Amino acid sequence: MKTICLYFEIHQPVRLKRYRFFDIGTDHYYYDDYENERAIAETAEKSYIPTLTALLEMAREHGQFFKVAFSLSGVAMELLETYAPEVIDLLQQLNDTGCVEFLAEPYSHGLSSLANEEVFIEETKRQAAKIKQVFGKAPKVLRNSSLIYNDDIGALAGRMGFKGMIAEGAKHILGWKSPHFVYSCPLDPSVKLLLRDYVLSDDISLRFNDSSWNEYPLFADRYIGKIASLPDDQQIVNIFMELCAIGIFQPLSSNILDFLKALPAQAKAQNVVFATPSEIISKTKSVGPMEIVHPVSWNDEERDTSCWLGNGMQREAFGKLYNEWLAGRILACQDRRLKQDWDRIQASNNFRFMTTKPASVAMFRSFYESPYDAFTNYMNILGDFIKRVQNLFPIEVENDELNALYTTIQNQGVELNVKDNEISRLKARLEKYEPTVTEQTKEEQKPAPKAKAAPKKATKAAPKKAAKTTTKKKQ
Amino acid sequence: MKVLMFGWEFPPKIYGGLAVASYGITKGLAEQGDVETTFCLPKPTGEEERHLKIINMGQVPVAWRNVDYNAIQGRFVGHTAEDYYRFRDHIYADFNYMQGLDDLGCIQFAGGYPQNLHEEINNFSIIAGVLARSEEFDLIHAHDWLTYPAGVHAKLVSGKPLCIHVHATDFDRSRGKVNPTVYGIEKNGMDHADCIMCVSELTRQTVINQYHQDPRKCVAMHNAVYPLNEEYRNIIPHKNPKEKVVTYLGRITMQKGPEYFIEAARRVLTRSQNIRFCFAGSGDMMNAMIELAAAYGIADRCHFPGFQRGKQVYECYKNSDVFVMPSVSEPFGIAPLEAMQCGCPSIISKQSGCGEILKNVIKVDYWDVDAMSDAIYSICAYESMHQYLAEEGLKEVDGITWEKVGLRIRECYNQLVGRGYFNNDEYLNAVRNIK
Repeated sequence: MKTICLYFEIHQPVRLKRYRFFDIGTDHYYYDDYENERAIAETAEKSYIPTLTALLEMAREHGQFFKVAFSLSGVAMELLETYAPEVIDLLQQLNDTGCVEFLAEPYSHGLSSLANEEVFIEETKRQAAKIKQVFGKAPKVLRNSSLIYNDDIGALAGRMGFKGMIAEGAKHILGWKSPHFVYSCPLDPSVKLLLRDYVLSDDISLRFNDSSWNEYPLFADRYIGKIASLPDDQQIVNIFMELCAIGIFQPLSSNILDFLKALPAQAKAQNVVFATPSEIISKTKSVGPMEIVHPVSWNDEERDTSCWLGNGMQREAFGKLYNEWLAGRILACQDRRLKQDWDRIQASNNFRFMTTKPASVAMFRSFYESPYDAFTNYMNILGDFIKRVQNLFPIEVENDELNALYTTIQNQGVELNVKDNEISRLKARLEKYEPTVTEQTKEEQKPAPKAKAAPKKATKAAPKKAAKTTTKKKQ
Repeated sequence: MKVLMFGWEFPPKIYGGLAVASYGITKGLAEQGDVETTFCLPKPTGEEERHLKIINMGQVPVAWRNVDYNAIQGRFVGHTAEDYYRFRDHIYADFNYMQGLDDLGCIQFAGGYPQNLHEEINNFSIIAGVLARSEEFDLIHAHDWLTYPAGVHAKLVSGKPLCIHVHATDFDRSRGKVNPTVYGIEKNGMDHADCIMCVSELTRQTVINQYHQDPRKCVAMHNAVYPLNEEYRNIIPHKNPKEKVVTYLGRITMQKGPEYFIEAARRVLTRSQNIRFCFAGSGDMMNAMIELAAAYGIADRCHFPGFQRGKQVYECYKNSDVFVMPSVSEPFGIAPLEAMQCGCPSIISKQSGCGEILKNVIKVDYWDVDAMSDAIYSICAYESMHQYLAEEGLKEVDGITWEKVGLRIRECYNQLVGRGYFNNDEYLNAVRNIK
């Protein structure tokens, strides 16, 4: 039986404001609040709310037959919580139907997986915790920012305890193979891979409303028909896209929601089912390892990391942002505002605005005039951010040293507890000797007045007492 | 195809960008092999390159004189004594009343831009009438407003299509406060033209909106640059690794927006002390700029080396880390292209025509000194950006050649000669493949 795995990404970057170099050191607020509010409200109104409402209807109508997966970036969740909490509400309602799985992803939607393992692990765990807090379920499957994946990231996911990852079924890694199987990571066979079918996914997210496309208009029966008519052994069809593909890339006027709503009924009719990533991963065996040495992603025709790290400017910004020193300091520090800024400026979108590649996909919108403008603005902000981190601790303190200090501070509580326990234990013991102690104190009080008269006696008595107390303690 | 071309400047005598552009256009046309250009100049030096025929307007007779061939044949600069006799046969009116005719019956030109410029322009067009009667050609091409009257005259006499080349308009030079006489000459030339070539879309829009021309006969014909010669390419820059140099190169005059450069410099210097600002050029606002720099207390970081010529220009680019052209209104502006050839990243104003064909430059509004200073600071502070702009800019500018411009102009000529009128939309369709 053919299985459709439907997954949507929910991510919005925090828009950075125009930040001039003479603001460095004087202005530590980097965001365009007006633009953020406007953009989130627009996206929610045009895309998220209508689409999620439609999905909710589908889930309620078809019961456990319809399944869908989401992943949210932490920065987007923060934005939604602030500017469009109704989206989170809808997601919670969807979650209550039991048809939904939430995936883990890095909190910042950044490129830390390519630069710094520690940062990646930290932010992914933080995101998973946030998902658990909001939706009550801890994610089991990992999805990296823009589906960036290679063998090392797969192995890392395995170490973090994830059962599977989703990745791009790029032609240059698949070759003659088909994305319609479950593969595994060669470095860690316990991590299974679901590969995106970019043709069927892009049919919806890129081409649905394109009247020059030879399959236009696309109807649900034909779409499901394509899936049903795949060769028998090809069972899994992974359709992954951004949630804003529906409503923003493809306007609602193209009736894309009706198309979406018609999918489950057509699937039922043609004997196709839905499943969430973790259901597929637990039920299906891997057909073999899929070796992916160079990172792939779902961006652009190249499906690689060139849209973020393609030119020298992007690489300089990337190098400065994930500088080991900087990352270590931020991991070590406790400053909440600094950590939040770090999440926000990491978002991969900031790098994408600096791309000098000719834009192949018209969907990509930059709010900068040119890549140089984006680079200048970003580097100014990064410059200020780095200065703040530098001001946090003296520069000459090494990161290791700092970590040691922080461990000491963090462990202080524990150590104090241990000591408190020790003290109370000792006090309890002490009580057993209480009588002698009181006698002793009496003795101590008595010779005191004599001391003036006979100082020699007093000095003799003092060492005796001291000796007695020490022996008591030893006991 | 024979083209009668009127121009005011031509290398090696260079007054401004017009000479360079005239040279490039004629060279680009000559490379096609079947275009014969006759270039009419007020006062050639005799050292012009010989890919075209030069006619010395100062030696074309307008009054009949009986002169002996042997006595005069060595005197001609540009055209020959034979041409002189042919021209003499086509004098169309008696201009003996004009003062200052020489023994050959010719009107003398001072050359360049003298005080009596309007008189020279008029004389130029009188002589054009003689040429139009004596030469055979398919088309007239007139460069810049000084030669428009000549072009119009030649068209009225010969009935051949007239193409005028707008290198600048008076709106650019005067920030909107036009000289009515100049405007009149420009407007008249455009009204009579069959095709108006503008050096940028910006200029084309000025022509359409301020001179009320039909958009269909206006075409944006961007300039190009010649590859650097060996000598200039091999200039070894002398850079102080601890300091960055930001350069402004051009006339220091209102049109070029030098005060915005000072404002930007002031902002940059509040944050960074290892940047120097170089004001290469001279002009009516130079003293005011020196005073402004002093008033801001940045005179120690601003340098005014004066007018640069020849090799000095390229040395200046090579020694710079950033080139800035903050022009308030620049029809084309060839300087950033030259800077890019020398591997110097450029910041140009959005009001510059060359920005329409350049991708690897930073474009800011001329008045947006914040953005300008930010861009200067970025290029100086971030090596990757400097390197990217320098490398990609060089590649890009290498692809902008006069040969391609020649092909485009040829397409216009073909339309004009083939059917007598020009249509910009059809032109755009035809030249899509010239990339």
